[in-house]
Amino acid sequence: MAFYFVQFLTGLASAASLFLVASGLSIIFGVTRIVNFAHGAFYMLGAYVAFTLTERFSGALGFWGGIVVAALIVAVVGVIVEMVLLRRIYHAPELFQLLATFGLTLMVEDLVVLIWGPDDLLGRRAPGFKGAVDFFGQNIPTYDLFLIAISPIVLGGLWLLFQRTRWGVLVRAATQDRDMVAALGVNQKWLFTSVFALGVFLAALGGALQIPRDAVHHALDLRIIVDVFVVVVIGGLGSIIGAFVAAVLVSELNAFGILIFPKISIILVFLVMAVVLIVRPWGLFGKPEAAARRTPGLTVNPWRPLTTNERWLAMAGLAVAAMLPLFAGNYALTVGSEIAIFVIFAASLHFLMSVGGLASFGHAAYFGLGAYGVAFLAKMAGLPMIVSLLLGPLLGLLGAAIFGFFAVQLSGVYFAMLTLAFAQIVWSIAFQWVTVTGGDNGILGVWPEKWAAGPASFYWLSLGIAAIAVAILRVIVFSPFGFALRATRDSLLRSEAIGINGKRVQWTAFVIAGTVAGFAGALFAYLKGSVFPDSLGISLSVDALVMVLLGGVETVSGAVVGAIVFKALNIWLVSQTDLSKLVLGGFVVLIVVAFPKGIVGVLETIRNRRKSSTSESSSKSSLATSRIETAE
Amino acid sequence: MRRSYLLGAGLAIAVTGMASSAFAQSEIKIGEINSYSLLPAFTEPYRKGWQLAVEEVNAAGGINGKKLVVVSKDDGGKPADATTAANELVSSENVAMLTGTFLSNIGLAVSDFANQKKVFFLAAEPLTDAITWSKGNRYTFRLRPSNYMQAAMLVEEAAKLPAKRWATIAPNYEYGQSAVAVFKKLMSEKRPDIVWVDEQWPPQGKIDAGPVVQAVAAANPEAILNVTFGADLVKLVREGNTRGLFKNRSVVSFLTGEPEYLDPLKDETPEGWIVTGYPWYDIKTPDHDKFLKAYQAKFNDYPRLGSIVGYQTIKAAAAIVAKANSTDPEKLIAATEGLSMPSPFGEITFRKIDHQSTLGAYVGKTALKDGKGVMVNSVYRKGTDYLPSDAEVEKLRPKD
Repeated sequence: MAFYFVQFLTGLASAASLFLVASGLSIIFGVTRIVNFAHGAFYMLGAYVAFTLTERFSGALGFWGGIVVAALIVAVVGVIVEMVLLRRIYHAPELFQLLATFGLTLMVEDLVVLIWGPDDLLGRRAPGFKGAVDFFGQNIPTYDLFLIAISPIVLGGLWLLFQRTRWGVLVRAATQDRDMVAALGVNQKWLFTSVFALGVFLAALGGALQIPRDAVHHALDLRIIVDVFVVVVIGGLGSIIGAFVAAVLVSELNAFGILIFPKISIILVFLVMAVVLIVRPWGLFGKPEAAARRTPGLTVNPWRPLTTNERWLAMAGLAVAAMLPLFAGNYALTVGSEIAIFVIFAASLHFLMSVGGLASFGHAAYFGLGAYGVAFLAKMAGLPMIVSLLLGPLLGLLGAAIFGFFAVQLSGVYFAMLTLAFAQIVWSIAFQWVTVTGGDNGILGVWPEKWAAGPASFYWLSLGIAAIAVAILRVIVFSPFGFALRATRDSLLRSEAIGINGKRVQWTAFVIAGTVAGFAGALFAYLKGSVFPDSLGISLSVDALVMVLLGGVETVSGAVVGAIVFKALNIWLVSQTDLSKLVLGGFVVLIVVAFPKGIVGVLETIRNRRKSSTSESSSKSSLATSRIETAE
Repeated sequence: MRRSYLLGAGLAIAVTGMASSAFAQSEIKIGEINSYSLLPAFTEPYRKGWQLAVEEVNAAGGINGKKLVVVSKDDGGKPADATTAANELVSSENVAMLTGTFLSNIGLAVSDFANQKKVFFLAAEPLTDAITWSKGNRYTFRLRPSNYMQAAMLVEEAAKLPAKRWATIAPNYEYGQSAVAVFKKLMSEKRPDIVWVDEQWPPQGKIDAGPVVQAVAAANPEAILNVTFGADLVKLVREGNTRGLFKNRSVVSFLTGEPEYLDPLKDETPEGWIVTGYPWYDIKTPDHDKFLKAYQAKFNDYPRLGSIVGYQTIKAAAAIVAKANSTDPEKLIAATEGLSMPSPFGEITFRKIDHQSTLGAYVGKTALKDGKGVMVNSVYRKGTDYLPSDAEVEKLRPKD
């Protein structure tokens, strides 16, 4: 009995660190609607700064003072980030801020190694909390008891802050209706900045409090960020109590789960999230989101198909790209193939995200399923390449059909997180089912047949499929189905009022996007010659998101440009420098500031401005320059 | 419209590709790939190691009079990126051979690439048995003692312990899984009286140490096998120390004696663990002294095991090319099979039968000295003595 009680307490201690970070994320999201990918980076910075301070100043005051000062220092960094970077992009399409914080995270990962060195650092133990207390023969670390105590204190403090202060009232008001708060004359800028500072403070505090039990190293951020997102979503976005309950739930399930299934940890949080979201689409304590004022895919300039001239230009561009093998070497051609594959992948996500208004955080699942599909067919069934290439993506289709059915019942960030959960479940199956998938050692020897083995032939194959895929997706965008899909994106209520079956349309779009992604994955398997669980992983999903956002989520061809720019730059940087993350992150941040609508988005705006200044057709110019807001 | 971007990117790549092609014939280029950005704690000393080797080789007149140049690439910890890097090294840089890699899956991806493109590959670090056995191929050789070899070295000591109830803690991925599997198999052969009472599989890099320690303690084992390393090990040791998990229990642990993993534990280093590792402060052989002095003089730092691996990888590469006197892959393979050479750990040989080197490892016990973790009573175990019989290897490895 004593054992179960102690295991329960241990779970609570694990929950404490999770809760501190999650509460900060939840507050930031609730008010600013920023999906703060950099939250883990602030957590890590908190740990690093606290390490330096507690090493420098010894004694109880030095330690506890160091922890608090570290959190404050990082909060100041957060304020600077908010004022210099995020303030510029609050009006950018939703999720664009994700791109900015993603760039920051990349930079921080390399920066901490530059500043603190590559070795894992061991922080001091907390003075007064070094030992353990005996509980019927079981040892409970005193520091665990301290952590267990601190999370209700923080929870209570936050509750008082939000319920009993004017600032708290404003924050709650802003969480419910930002525009209304602004209309009432509240200075939103400082409200946002202070909320961001508080959130970052909590993240850094969470990190700093880990140094007596953890090692400080440069991968801390990735270790926590996804789990924290999951906790926030399980609890319900913007709900502090929810974050607390979810943190306890997840930690306790893990603490007891490993007694029965020692391998459960790898997937547990995602399983819990999938179940919770299917049963309660807004998390445990969340409320249904008010209908969004602005949707991610809402364009300032109405979309139109390419004009005849532009079509010829596109064909000419394709023809030139097809001539690459005449003057480029083998390496350039292989990189060209990889870029073409990622164009397909990004275009498929773009279709779901921009046209359908459904941002998926787990799109790599269908890419990876396509790759595994090919590997199974080619390696186990021994089918010829062309057949595998055609049938392999069906696995992506199947996955998209099953998961999409559940996912489209949700919307917004909940949709995104459910897709992430599904992707992680697929990933963990590929990772754990060693006898079939080879586990993380993957499936080797998936090489193309002779006719496609040469770099030039494979490049033409990839380029051809990419051109076809992009063309088909464009045709769908401007087909009646595409219009119906855009209608569900812009206003689900109105579209259903005119007889569009919204969920079915979205589901179909999900399946189309998943299948196209599957084709990208199938080609990828043959390009690399091997398939690993990586191709289903979070980082690939994030890459796809970044490509779409970089190109411009409000445009039709943004994904193509975004994929080319991001992938080419990524490959080039990784080849040129070990600090590729720092440079790439810096580039992404610059792009965010310089092109707040994405590369293509800004180019289109410039072109439209030029058009409207030359021609006096006023009706068109007013359409191009004035923002269109949807009114529910 | 949008295709013109493709053209631009294509042109840019083509130009960079052409600029770095064909180079003077007066040098030998060797390609090297590792997870520099993902695992700097290991790869920084590793890089220093191979830089020292390059310097020494060139100071001694290069390879048959030609200058040795190492072209190094980062793989970011992803097999797919490693394949891209391998392709660049082979297609654009025209390297004579590929070397390096740390993670097992990356080692396997590059080894499969090497097999497909008929390029010589010397895997430096990946420990998986698959790379020389079940998925071995004629183009791939491996330097470090494999999972099997390290397990066999540890089992030799572990079998002497009186403990009968054993629990295991290992990261939940291929390395952890196969380390536990081999250890269990070899251990149960030597000691049929042993029972395995618990196993814990925390995700790599994400151990929730408190519950894991409690769960192991609840099974009340007499001895524990640990395979976690890096930050996971730090968390496990801290929780285990506080909760008294290691008190009156024997612990056998993979890799923990390597400075990369032992040094971060500082004054919390648990005493008396049986570990494999690298006690650079305790090795008194002329071969190692020479290496140690040169390393400390050049970098003003002490070597880690990564330094040895990096140093020996490039030394071996140079020796191979020198013996083959050619960069033709077939000639390189012929030269490497059975090739012996000196190393800081003594003479090593690349076996013909499975392309594994006989580089060994030090086995000893952990101890605390001046608030730092060290290995004591270390003995060097030669790789030759811890490999299965040739007949068994024949069965494990597919025919070329």
